[in-house]
Amino acid sequence: MSILDSKIPQGPLAEKWTKHKSAIKVVSPANKRKLEVIVVGTGLGGASAAASLAELGYKVKAFCYQDSPRRAHSIAAQGGINAAKNYQNDNDSVFRLFYDTIKGGDYRAREANVYRLAEVSPNIIDQCVAQGVPFGREYGGLLDNRSFGGVLVSRTFYARGQTGQQLLIGAYQALNRQIAKGSVEMYNRHEMLDVVVVDGKARGIIARDLVSGKIKRFGAHAVVVATGGYGNVFFLSTNAMGSNGSAAWQCYKKGAFMSNPCFVQIHPTCIPVHGDQQSKLTLMSESLRNDGRVWVPKKKEDAVKLQKGEIGPNDIADEDRDFYLERRYPSYGNLVPRDVASRAAKERCDAGFGVNAEGKAVFLDFKYSIERLGKDVITARYGNLFQMYEKITDTDPYKEPMMIYPAIHYSMGGTWVDYNLMTTVPGLYSIGEANFSDHGANRLGASALMQGLADGYFVLPYTIGDYLADEIMTPKTDVNAPEFVEAEKAVTDRIEKLFNVKGSKPVDYFHKKLGHIMWDYVGMSRNAEGLKKAIEEIKVIREEFWKDVRIPGELDNLNPELEKAGRVADFLDIGELMARDALDRNESCGGHFREESATEEGEAKRNDEQFTYVSCWEYKGEGQEPVLHKEDLVFENVKLTQRSYK
Amino acid sequence: MADKILKQLKIKVWRQKNAKSKGRFETYTIENISTGSSFLEMMDILNNDLIEKGIDPIAFDHDCREGICGTCSLYINGRPHGPDTEVTTCQLHMRKFKDGETIIIEPWRARAFPVIKDLVVDRSAFEKILQAGGFVSVNTGGVPDANAIPVSREDAEESMDAAACIGCGACVAACKNSSAMLFVSAKVSHLAKLPQGKVEADTRAMSMVAKMDELGFGGCTNTRACEAECPKSISIMNIARLNREYLKARLSR
Ligand SMILES: Cc1cc2nc3c(=O)[nH]c(=O)nc-3n(C[C@H](O)[C@H](O)[C@H](O)COP(=O)(O)OP(=O)(O)OC[C@H]3O[C@@H](n4cnc5c(N)ncnc54)[C@H](O)[C@@H]3O)c2cc1C
Ligand code: SF4
Ligand code: FES
Repeated sequence: MSILDSKIPQGPLAEKWTKHKSAIKVVSPANKRKLEVIVVGTGLGGASAAASLAELGYKVKAFCYQDSPRRAHSIAAQGGINAAKNYQNDNDSVFRLFYDTIKGGDYRAREANVYRLAEVSPNIIDQCVAQGVPFGREYGGLLDNRSFGGVLVSRTFYARGQTGQQLLIGAYQALNRQIAKGSVEMYNRHEMLDVVVVDGKARGIIARDLVSGKIKRFGAHAVVVATGGYGNVFFLSTNAMGSNGSAAWQCYKKGAFMSNPCFVQIHPTCIPVHGDQQSKLTLMSESLRNDGRVWVPKKKEDAVKLQKGEIGPNDIADEDRDFYLERRYPSYGNLVPRDVASRAAKERCDAGFGVNAEGKAVFLDFKYSIERLGKDVITARYGNLFQMYEKITDTDPYKEPMMIYPAIHYSMGGTWVDYNLMTTVPGLYSIGEANFSDHGANRLGASALMQGLADGYFVLPYTIGDYLADEIMTPKTDVNAPEFVEAEKAVTDRIEKLFNVKGSKPVDYFHKKLGHIMWDYVGMSRNAEGLKKAIEEIKVIREEFWKDVRIPGELDNLNPELEKAGRVADFLDIGELMARDALDRNESCGGHFREESATEEGEAKRNDEQFTYVSCWEYKGEGQEPVLHKEDLVFENVKLTQRSYK
Repeated sequence: MADKILKQLKIKVWRQKNAKSKGRFETYTIENISTGSSFLEMMDILNNDLIEKGIDPIAFDHDCREGICGTCSLYINGRPHGPDTEVTTCQLHMRKFKDGETIIIEPWRARAFPVIKDLVVDRSAFEKILQAGGFVSVNTGGVPDANAIPVSREDAEESMDAAACIGCGACVAACKNSSAMLFVSAKVSHLAKLPQGKVEADTRAMSMVAKMDELGFGGCTNTRACEAECPKSISIMNIARLNREYLKARLSR
């Protein structure tokens, strides 16, 4: 019997959420005014939650490390957001979206959570339209949809190639309205460095004012962490430079379990790495695979010539092109899910068919769709993405195919939460990419935006009431309590320790080193030997880091190097836990590919008998081995099958 | 497309310890930069050099590094976001510079955007303008079906053109009056073009303009410098629309 209670409601799948909502407690308006909630992060998850909670009457304090909530990394999402509206009459439904998400996640997510996600998805679109989100429309004035990797219906809503931006602006506007009313206190340029637990309940946070360097205490009746994903553990990723796993990691250290940390998503369509001066990778939206065809040369000698720059892609005749996705997966073709597309690209490049100087790129070609639909249609659909590609690479994708390669993009793993989105620490919630909740071992395209907004607009505002209803007699949190003093001291001590290393190497040096290890051993393809090696090598880097990192500047001033150092210190720990988790899971599922568990054709092989569980890691103290707990996954409504996109 | 190496560049950059201290230019030399690198990657390399030499690295704002978050904000060789069109600083690439060149980097300069440190400025005035009315007053839940009100494709597209503003502040930095009219008009147009936003169009224009004036931004004298430097090609047509909305609102009072 596991010590974890996921609080999944009884009853038929389709009735669980409705029943749960009527069973959970509600707080009266008068009492809401007395209750304070801290929301850390203002991406889609955090901004929508902060605004909705404030509308309900709670007193909210919100935090972000950028100079404005609008700059959270949700802003960068391009492709779109899913919802089971069935506006296209293509037989979409809540059940189908649920089923696609469960299957896409390779049966490693909870049925009840995923069903609820699909169930509230239509409300999200209604809400966004009411806020003034300018979604793409048909000539008749109704909303348009596109299709996205891994599914057979068109259910993705979009705002050109800037869907995340527009959705975030919608949530940000709602947040601004509450800031203006005084119901949200917004703390920009503040970084959460610890969560404070009093008598077993989350009661506040310690944050650093990034401009003055002051360490401050903030109290509340509940804390919501919406700080995004930890993809930057790989150094190069599509995440923003400041994206980090630190807030979630501090929660872990205070008792919140960390689930499935090894499940990260590698996105197939990113601009390839070039040289060694690069700081981040740029995603080319997955929606491009709707109209682009992926290929490499059929003949090795053509690939070699491409690598040497002796010929260009247009010198290769159609019959000499290997459209390997269409060849291997005839029914889904270029639209196979991300993990499948990524591994297929790696397979071709490892076999020597890569098309750039490094041999680590494949083509994404729009020639065929331009011939079929005309250049104008393609411009209307992807104009800004094409412009972005050209600015970065100096190559015109209307004339030459794009070059793409997989890169780290998203973390499915994260803080464990129950059905109410509460972590194992009472009063501490986790939403958006920061939690592990809905995507199993692989996330479908356009589903992260859906999840962030579902959590923030329609789930948390209800479920948090169930906890807060019992807190109405709890007075305002005293930030002078010993727990706050202690937490503040621990934060200050750590910062001083980092600062006083006064070694010789900049933070990036260590971050890059960690990134290489993660990519080589905990990346697209993993095996026991490599994972063990990664764990050992990370330990070595950690030791070196704490002996030799150099942080310039002052503690009481804006100091980006100090911020980075704290994040990298945590990435070193997160990386190690990811490797441990990957080592434990000796099966291939979703984004996690263990070489020991593959079919003869090299496709991933799941092992349901042994691994139909969520891994939940418990922190046991510095230098101690963490303890693994397991939440068994029970499937009552879908049959587990090996995924096939053939 | 083949990348070249810029053997040497001189970087003349604004250094200022904090909001209170006086700033000055410093010049640094940097070597072997690939033309395929982005401008901010060049800054990273320079900063790591400085750290190894024991010099405080140059503080600058940045996050997404793909031209969408609006965080980056450098005034390079006399132009906000540097010598390229329709890009942000983070999308600017070193192929736009020549070997041996001296590159001058300054922060946004405007009364409403005080310097925090080096190249980092305080843009919270933009936040305040949006808080003054840059939203539709609806709560979560209880809204009609998304397809209940058709919106002509043309209106949706025009709204989207304006909604593409990333709040970077280049328009203010480019303007000799430090006017925020392009930024304000982008928000007003984004919402006024949609039936959902139209309801409050009048009050929105009035209160956002009043806030802008209060915060020390200058007036608009139609120099079009903002439009020329806006990385998202926000059109000054929006300013004309804002003026119309504003006038309408004044008349109806
Ligand atoms: C390039 C790109 C394209 C994508 N495209 C799509 C798409 O088309 N469709 C889709 O569904 N998904 C897409 N995704 C995924 C999706 O955008 C993200 O998963 C989602 O937006 C995450 O939202 P969030 O609210 O959880 O976190 P974020 O938006 O990352 O927000 C994190 C917030 O936490 C704050 N924060 C972090 N750490 C701290 C700290 N210690 N203290 C204080 N504040 C902190 C930040 O300031 C920020 O406000 C894309 C992702 C990327 C990177
Ligand atoms: S209008 Fe253009 S320049 Fe001004 S803030 Fe918006 S995007 Fe930046
Ligand atoms: S860093 Fe985000 S726009 Fe430049």
